[in-house]
Amino acid sequence: MDHRQQRLLADARRLVRGLHELAGEEAPAGILPAILGELGLADRYFPLDSPIGPLLVAYNEHGVAAVGRGEDTAAFTEGYARRFGRPLRPTPAPPAALGHAIARRLAGERAEIRFDLRGLSEFERATLLKAIEIPRGEVRPYAWLAREIGRPGAVRAVGSALGRNPVPLLIPCHRIVRSDGLIGDYVFGNAAKRAALAAEGLVPDEIETRARAGVRFHASDTTRIYCFPTCRNARRITAPHLITFASDRAAQAAGYRPCKVCRPAIAS
Amino acid sequence: MARDPLPGALATDLDGAFEGVVVAHGGRLYGFALRLCGDRRDAEEIAQDTFIRAYRALGGYDPARIRELALRPWLYQIALNVARNRARKRRPATIPLDANGAGAGGLSESPLADDAAQRPEATIERAEMGAILARLVADLPQRYRAAVILRHIERLTYPEIAAALDQPLGTVKANVHRGVRLLRAAWHDQQLHERETDGSSTATPAR
Repeated sequence: MDHRQQRLLADARRLVRGLHELAGEEAPAGILPAILGELGLADRYFPLDSPIGPLLVAYNEHGVAAVGRGEDTAAFTEGYARRFGRPLRPTPAPPAALGHAIARRLAGERAEIRFDLRGLSEFERATLLKAIEIPRGEVRPYAWLAREIGRPGAVRAVGSALGRNPVPLLIPCHRIVRSDGLIGDYVFGNAAKRAALAAEGLVPDEIETRARAGVRFHASDTTRIYCFPTCRNARRITAPHLITFASDRAAQAAGYRPCKVCRPAIAS
Repeated sequence: MARDPLPGALATDLDGAFEGVVVAHGGRLYGFALRLCGDRRDAEEIAQDTFIRAYRALGGYDPARIRELALRPWLYQIALNVARNRARKRRPATIPLDANGAGAGGLSESPLADDAAQRPEATIERAEMGAILARLVADLPQRYRAAVILRHIERLTYPEIAAALDQPLGTVKANVHRGVRLLRAAWHDQQLHERETDGSSTATPAR
């Protein structure tokens, strides 16, 4: 073999080795979630301990999609497939960021959680997004929520939208109570609603005693502002200055104006 | 070689096992698509489409057929179809785009070129060789390109390549050999060209 041939052979070997080295690309990180999402295979669920007992939380690439009672995984996954048309598979734990956000939210801290509310109507979404705004440890009546979303006549519809909340507890529909002040219904039942409120420092029996006594609003005779009794401003009113009202009209007739934080009525 | 457990799992639980297919074959398929089309974004889309089509196809197969499936060549076959269909659809649009964006695309955008400055020299040289080779491969005529990639980059056996390309074994072997010969010629030209430019640039100090 002459020099030229040897060099050609070496070149050829180098070429084939070079080709071998072109293998082993890493797929871009986003490819797996994109494919599973496109195929509707991205939905996972994991167990979560909560103040109202064990829960199951389902999520996908869009965010948290469902929260269910933890006792019956088969019922949860079947219900999920029926409602959203996608299979749900277990995972021992959520992605770190999501797990962290949920833990913080349950501990009463601020944390952004993304939700997948695609399967809901515009009205249902508006209702739930408004419910998120109610601060921890406070409650508002259904009629308030209906008015806040610009649909004052749709109180019953708000009730059913909250009843269809796919992500209870994380979207705090337990903070909406009946317009007569009683705790009322909940996706997971009245007892769970009471437990959820108690976990936020509220005393459900106290709320209902007040409601039965006909008290709807608390006011301060120094500021002459009236609030929902659980509003953070109302809770600061000291006993000697606390005035109660049975209705919005009574409060305004007495010369009181609605609080701008809890907005018991539109301030005029 | 141990029998691939994936087809069996797919046959019994397609939805449950499919993630495993993407995890096991995603990198290879993306790499294959990248060699085929020479563009990272296109490659990502081709890889995604391939898995989506694969899933839908599997949904229509009976379990016995899935169990017998050689996944790798089968996925390459789908990827080839996806890439071919895209190329066909895009051809009219790419000509004016390329004319407008001359110099913007291609190698200058490859990450290999971007971070070359931070690497030791030997690695740079290999990365450069890789980048040049990748371009030469992507420039091969389609029929040789797929055969060469499957044989020498993906390192499939000839029968596997024949299955993926749906061609007779003899045709595949001939195409691989012709492809490599073309590549060698192109590589040789490239090196000659490089030596010429090197000769002129050694006169000025590096940097």
